[in-house]
Parts: sequence; C-alpha cells; structure tokens
Amino acid sequence: MALTAVNSTKNNQAVQAEEQLVYNTKNLNLWYGDHHALKNINLGIKEKDVTAIIGPSGCGKSTYIKTLNRMIDLVPGVKTNGIIEYRKRDIFSKDFLVEELRTRVGMVFQKPNPFPKSIYENIAFGLKIHGIKNKQIINETVEKSLRGAALWDEVKDRIHQPAYGLSGGQQQRLCIARCLALEPDVILMDEPTSALDPVSTLKIEELIQELKEKYSIIIVTHNMQQAARISDKTAFFLNGEVVEFNATDTIFNSPADSRTDDYISGRFG
Amino acid sequence: MKTTNKELSPVQQLLEKKYNGGFLNRSEKIIPVVLFIMAAVSVLTTLGIVLTLIFETITFFRDVSIVEFFTSTDWYPFSNTDPSYGIWPLILGTLKITLIASLFAVPIGLAVALYLSEYAGARTRKIMKPILEVLAGVPTIVYGFFALTFVTPLLREIFPSLELFNAISPGIVVGIMIIPTIVSLSEDALSSVPESVRQGALALGSTKWETASKVIFPAALSGILASIVLGVSRAIGETMIVSIAAGSTPSASLDLTTSLQTMTSYIVQVTTGDAGFGTTIYYSIYSVGFTLFVFTLAMNLLAQFISKRFREEY
Repeated sequence: MALTAVNSTKNNQAVQAEEQLVYNTKNLNLWYGDHHALKNINLGIKEKDVTAIIGPSGCGKSTYIKTLNRMIDLVPGVKTNGIIEYRKRDIFSKDFLVEELRTRVGMVFQKPNPFPKSIYENIAFGLKIHGIKNKQIINETVEKSLRGAALWDEVKDRIHQPAYGLSGGQQQRLCIARCLALEPDVILMDEPTSALDPVSTLKIEELIQELKEKYSIIIVTHNMQQAARISDKTAFFLNGEVVEFNATDTIFNSPADSRTDDYISGRFG
Repeated sequence: MKTTNKELSPVQQLLEKKYNGGFLNRSEKIIPVVLFIMAAVSVLTTLGIVLTLIFETITFFRDVSIVEFFTSTDWYPFSNTDPSYGIWPLILGTLKITLIASLFAVPIGLAVALYLSEYAGARTRKIMKPILEVLAGVPTIVYGFFALTFVTPLLREIFPSLELFNAISPGIVVGIMIIPTIVSLSEDALSSVPESVRQGALALGSTKWETASKVIFPAALSGILASIVLGVSRAIGETMIVSIAAGSTPSASLDLTTSLQTMTSYIVQVTTGDAGFGTTIYYSIYSVGFTLFVFTLAMNLLAQFISKRFREEY
C-alpha cells in the first residue's frame, strides 16, 4: 500500500501517507558517551503496520526502539539530536510528558518482566496508576486484555495467583496484556520471543497477527524468519544506520542493497 | 623414572611433584575438619550461653515466685525490707525506648533507602553509603553521652518539663543508631528488585515515584520488614545509650518524660554494683537476661519468618 504511494509520488498521496505515520524519525543521531550508536536515522512508520527492525548485534536496533518511548533516557550518558515525531508531536519536547508518551506507546521487553504481583494486579496496575478506581471497569479491562493477549482461557481460574507461577511464554503474553489494558496506539516489542521456546514463540507470532488489526506494532527481532513471517515492512540496521527500509517482501526477495542481501542470506550477522 | 626420550618439561615436573608428594590429598582432608571444629565451637558457645541463662534463671525462681515475676508491677530488688521482683517496669522501659527509636528510625531509614536505591546517582551513593557505615561504626558509648550531653539539653530547651533522664532522648539516639541497619538491609532489598521490573513499570507510563512506591517497595517488602525487625531487635538489646541517658528508675508509668530503666540497664546496674555472688539480686540478672533473650530471639525468628514467607522469586 505505502509502496504504491511512494512509487507513484503523487503529492496528495504522499500527504496522505504522512497522515498515516505514527512515528516519523528525522535525522536522529544518538551517542552513548563517545560511541555514535545511531547515525542519521530517517524512518516513517505507518499505523496498523507490523514494522520489523532487523540487523546484527550492536547495530542499534534495540537502541532505536528504546528511543521511541524514551526508555533510553534511563541509560546514563545518552545524547540525542534530531527529531522523532509521534503523531506529529516531538517526543523530546518539554510539552510532551514522557509518562504520556509511554502510556500511548506500550512496550514488551526481551525477557518477560511481570511485576511480582498476581496476574490480575499485573494488568490492573497500569489502570490504577492512571487513576482508574472503578472496580467494574478494572475487572472488565483485565478480562478483555487477557483475552486480547490469548491468555484468558489459560489463566481465568487463577488470576489472583502470582504471575511468576506462569510459564515464560505465558508471562510474555501477560506483559502484552499489561500493555493492552491501557489501549495503546503503538506497541513496541524488543525481541519479545528471544527468551522463549519455539511453541511459545509461535503463539506470540500468531498473537501479533491478531493485534495488528488494532495496533501499530514495531518489533525488533534477531530472527529473520520471524520478520519475514509477521511483518509488513522491514528496516535493516547496520552499524547504527538504516541500510534499507521497505516492504518485507522486497527486503527478503529483492533487496536493493548488497549488504541487506548478505545479511538475510546469512553471510554475516 | 622414565627413559630420556620422554623428558619432562618444567611444568610437567612441577605437576609430577605436586601429585606424587601427597600434600594436596592430606590438606584437602584436614581443611573440612578444621572448619567443622570452628563451626562446632560457635554453636556450642551459643548453647552454653543459653543453658547458663536457663539454669541460673531456674535458680532465681527458687527464691522468687514466677507469678510475681510476670504479674507484679513493682521492681524493687534493692529494698532491704521488702524486695519485689515484677519485671513489667523493665519490659515497659525497654518497650518505650524501642517504640521511640522505631518511630524515629523506620520512616527516616526507609526514606534514605528509597532515595539511595531509586533516586540517588552513582556519585551520591558513593558518598552517602560510607557515611552511613561510619554511623554504624560509632561506639554506643559515644551515642550514649551524645544523648545525655547534647540531645537531652536540646530537648529540654524546647520542652522544659522534660527530666534530665527520660525516654525520648535515648529513644531518638537509639533510633539514630539503628538507622544504618534499616537503610543498608532495605536498600539491598530494593536494589535486588530486577531492573527489568522497574522498566516494566516505567514503560507503562508510571512516574518514578509510582514505580518506586507501588512496584519496587512492595516487591522488596520482605527484606524491608526483616530490616525493620532486625533494627528493632537491636534497639531492644541496646545497653549503653539507655544506661547513660535513660536513668535507673524502674517505672511502670507510661510517661515518656521521666527516668526509667530498661532490662539491659538493670543488668548493667547490678553487674557494675556490689551485689554479692549467690544473692537473689545476683540471680535476678539472669532472669532479666533470659527475658531479654526471649525478646530478641522472637524478633530474629520473626525476621526469618518474614523473609521466607514474603520472599519474591524474580
């Protein structure tokens, strides 16, 4: 879809494409101390797309996704310049509270990180900190979120049990449910299946296919088959630069850059 | 010896020597024996202390009725005509000091622990933690005269009705003394909550304080409670500060502004006085010591129970 818009380069279509961007990154640079980790990144991420970010270790893909919800702020000595617009608002601007950004943009981490609380409390937490006290709304949202993360049937009889009693794959789906409770616009996933077994991985991938109906998903993955299976668009990062960003089919079948070709065909990385 | 065509390199020669000498074998066998003896000595010492306490306490109860000991509110062991041994005033004295110390130390200790683990930068931590350790290393006798010669006069400026010996000043200073215990154990508990949990909360849009108070603090609760109980246990057993600044008047009154005596300071009074060996007064310190021991033992068991019961596995 977006491809035809870009290819035809008709002005009104380009404007329309711009309208549909959830994230627009313009000339983003990022340094860890003296290390230049992201170099001049330009990426427009379309809504309701699954956008995969691939690349070898240390290419900056995790750094980039953590910059999108400013979790990167937690790393001491990080400097950035350039612009990231989320729905046309500069995420680095003082007027855009980082808490608001992170409420609208959920994140799922590499390793499942449920809170040491019950399954129910894990999901209710987000609602409670944002001031929702109505028990009925919380109960309904907990169920809806667990259903949304394809976990409800497995845990409905024990939602007041500790979340740490769940398997790794279930914990990761719980973390997804925890995001869904806040009805986010975008879900960032930082290698969400890298700590999971193949069966759990498959479940998460199926879940991502369902979630893309309602959410924009940006997923960092080490696993190229995964990117090929689940994403609409793929960005290939190398040494802190975006080498190529295109429809996933194009990236995997006829990459424009020889480095992309080398990486996806397993010659390095 | 092997033939010359299989000459040993220097490393091989050394290894040969090591394994043929048999030294390694012998030392490896002796080490666990030595370590076991050390362990046995400390266990036996503890047992010895407890048994001494129990036997001497039993001797004491030959002279004094156990009912009087636990129910009477009069503690007049030095009375020549009608000595009375009701331990309640000493327990009350200990509890007054412990209560004031806890009210003072728990909020401050937890605030400092939260600050150090969740807010302070690496540099602040580097400066503050050693300072707190110095606080933990101050001899209690120094705390004692700090209470008597600094805190008490200061409080009496503000509250002129306060007596020279009272519960408040030594209570506060005992509190200062246990702050490092609470801070250091609570801070360990808070810091051992994995970074990933912290990130999970922040990524949902919670503020730093919401993360600290609603996720990290509850997650570390077992360690925090254990630190409080251990701090309280130290306050119960504290001797020097109360001997110097709280007075030596067993009192069954709830008044915090008047002189009192704790279980520990009674033992100090008797052991530094001239109570003769074998007298009832002499045996009374064992009964008080045993009561004190039951208190601190109960606190330590409570701390263990709490940290097991509420432990979070990450």
